[in-house]
Amino acid sequence: MAVLQFREAIREALDEEMERDENVFIMGEEVAEYNGAYKVSEGLLDKYGFKRVIDTPISELGFAGIGVGAAMKGLRPVVEFMTFNFAVLAADQILNHASKVRYMLGGQASVPIVFRGPNGSAGQLAATHSVAYDSMYAQFPGLSVIYPSEPDDAKGLLKSAIRNEDPVIFMESEQMYGLRGEVSEEEDYLIPIGKAKVKREGSDVTIVATGKMYHIAKQAADQLSKDGVEAEIIDPRTIKPFDIETVVKSVKKTNRCVIVDESHPFGGLASEVGFLIQREAFDYLDAPVQRVTLPDVCAPFSKPLFDLWLPDAKRVIEAVNTVAYR
Amino acid sequence: MAIKIEMPKLSDTMEEGVIAKWNIKEGDKVSAGDIIAEVETDKATMEVETFDEGTVLKILVEEGDAIPLGGLMAVIGDEGENIDDILAETDAGSGEVSTADSDEDTEKAEDSSSSESEEAEEKAEPKETASDKSSSSDDGRIKASPLAKKMAEEKGIDLSDVDGSGPDGRIVKKDIENYTPSASAPSASFASEESEDIRVSQMRKTIARRLSESKFTSPHFYVTVDIDMEAAMEARKGINEISDVKISFNDIIVKACSVALRRHPSINSSWMEDVIRQHGDVNIAIAVAVEDGLMTPVIRHADKKSLRQISAETRELAGLSRDRKLQPEQMQDSTFTISNLGMFGIEEFTAIINPPNASILAVGAIRDEAVVKNGEIVAGKRMKVTLSNDHRVVDGASAAEFLSTVRSLLENPLAMLL
Repeated sequence: MAVLQFREAIREALDEEMERDENVFIMGEEVAEYNGAYKVSEGLLDKYGFKRVIDTPISELGFAGIGVGAAMKGLRPVVEFMTFNFAVLAADQILNHASKVRYMLGGQASVPIVFRGPNGSAGQLAATHSVAYDSMYAQFPGLSVIYPSEPDDAKGLLKSAIRNEDPVIFMESEQMYGLRGEVSEEEDYLIPIGKAKVKREGSDVTIVATGKMYHIAKQAADQLSKDGVEAEIIDPRTIKPFDIETVVKSVKKTNRCVIVDESHPFGGLASEVGFLIQREAFDYLDAPVQRVTLPDVCAPFSKPLFDLWLPDAKRVIEAVNTVAYR
Repeated sequence: MAIKIEMPKLSDTMEEGVIAKWNIKEGDKVSAGDIIAEVETDKATMEVETFDEGTVLKILVEEGDAIPLGGLMAVIGDEGENIDDILAETDAGSGEVSTADSDEDTEKAEDSSSSESEEAEEKAEPKETASDKSSSSDDGRIKASPLAKKMAEEKGIDLSDVDGSGPDGRIVKKDIENYTPSASAPSASFASEESEDIRVSQMRKTIARRLSESKFTSPHFYVTVDIDMEAAMEARKGINEISDVKISFNDIIVKACSVALRRHPSINSSWMEDVIRQHGDVNIAIAVAVEDGLMTPVIRHADKKSLRQISAETRELAGLSRDRKLQPEQMQDSTFTISNLGMFGIEEFTAIINPPNASILAVGAIRDEAVVKNGEIVAGKRMKVTLSNDHRVVDGASAAEFLSTVRSLLENPLAMLL
């Protein structure tokens, strides 16, 4: 195992896939000469040249469209958004074209494209730069949505995403790019899309959390352990397709579940998973499923308000105490 | 400036208090130090004094009502002062006055504060009912988690027999796991008469909680011994001829136990989860029957006190108990308990351990009995005592050894002087 930063793990995945398949190319704002806004694509321009590492103007709709067209013609674009908060400008290309082309052309064409970049909030960036879009994209048939929490997951899943025959939304976080973690050195390391991972075993409660929220759940679990409550943490890694089997297996053991979700509450990941649990594990539940989400309010700029707004370990512990009747 | 009088914390364990008596009424003038009310807590009836002076502007709760800690009881201020803000705040807090569930009390509440209290009741938060342990709701539906329902079905448990510990009395996994079936009641074939629901007093709640906890968590076992009381009776007669304080049999038993406890520290112990604490002091609690319940005042350092001291102290504490004037500290730190039903002619019984003690002695009556002495049947005096023990702390042999010491001390009272 090598210890890599999150950004390095993504870079390794890009590098390996570009090396393996000359149809893979990357495109986005500042990805080439500036080496990436978050230094993810550092060194790739030198290695692969301007033809495969392409700087774009500030024109999300335009370059997302170029990507969709290129994918339809057989290339494998990896389109970087500086943040998914800017990808709303490209929504028509992602939601109306990338996700629907295969369906509308009766399978005669597909769009093997990856849209990647940071998701959600990253401190005091205010309302328009702080939205977690994973649940929203997961609403659309035809899109896979991945939001890994650790470097190892990021590498294995990005490689699978690039090889996927249909569009994948691959989400990262500004706050996780510097996160270090052990990454498998297995040659051609692939993690299948749609497989959750039990990242901490426990018998008292199941916590479902991915992306940045996984780290909040981990803090809460460490704290709860000191009080004698052992939480099992399941990191779905892929939001869609969602691996409900792994969650249900755990809930059947613990009889209670808390979902930590970085999105707003209405119709988000937490609502969907909560629904699936009650359908699949009704007779095993000893308490209603609880969730910790953002409130139904835009991100505040004020630091104290922002801290209240974002889910934290304390709220996860409170939710666990509720389902555990403590 | 109006001052809120809120329910004070009068004992370490109290969560709510019942207004036993108001000494003030609206419009009265009060000054600092006045005793304005008597409040029944889980331990005793205590006096509440005011630290401010002024006019009583509003009394918000009636005698008999229970109020949580910090709940608003009354408002004091300058005559004619507007206190609408404070009252509005209380309404918004909702359900601060938790009246008992009976119809009578609800009517009373409505009478006293008109439509406001209706509103407050409607707004009462779910938390309020969370303490209601009954598992059936108003519509008679039994609330249980899906898991609890499935477990009950598998185990053949009727959910209506199970008390729910979850929110709104929901039956949860833990309740099914802890459920022990009780013998089914025989069906009545007579016309039923009106039942009466009696409000559970703070003391009853405490008794219920502590003794259930004891019986459910500490595995009890019992050892009984029959003691020849002739020598003890002789000794008592002799002592009472010279003592200015009348010594009772119970006093002699307290003395014998305190001497025996000193010799058998394993009985004078408590289960503390990680450790078993052998107490340095011998503090004996005595069960005293009071109206609607029972108190356990403590004779501290019983092993170091003379019979005369034990007797005088027991009498004083029993009197305070009956008058509900016992202070919390007079009920704390017991290491052993004695319960005596001999005066009712009870031959023998088993008592529930008084936590955190490891043992309790149940004392029966002294009986006239035909006994065999030197091969002859003669008239004798016998008394049975039964020791209940927490098996986590005490084993059969050590309980038997302790009881054997108690027996030999009572059969040869002079040995207590050793």
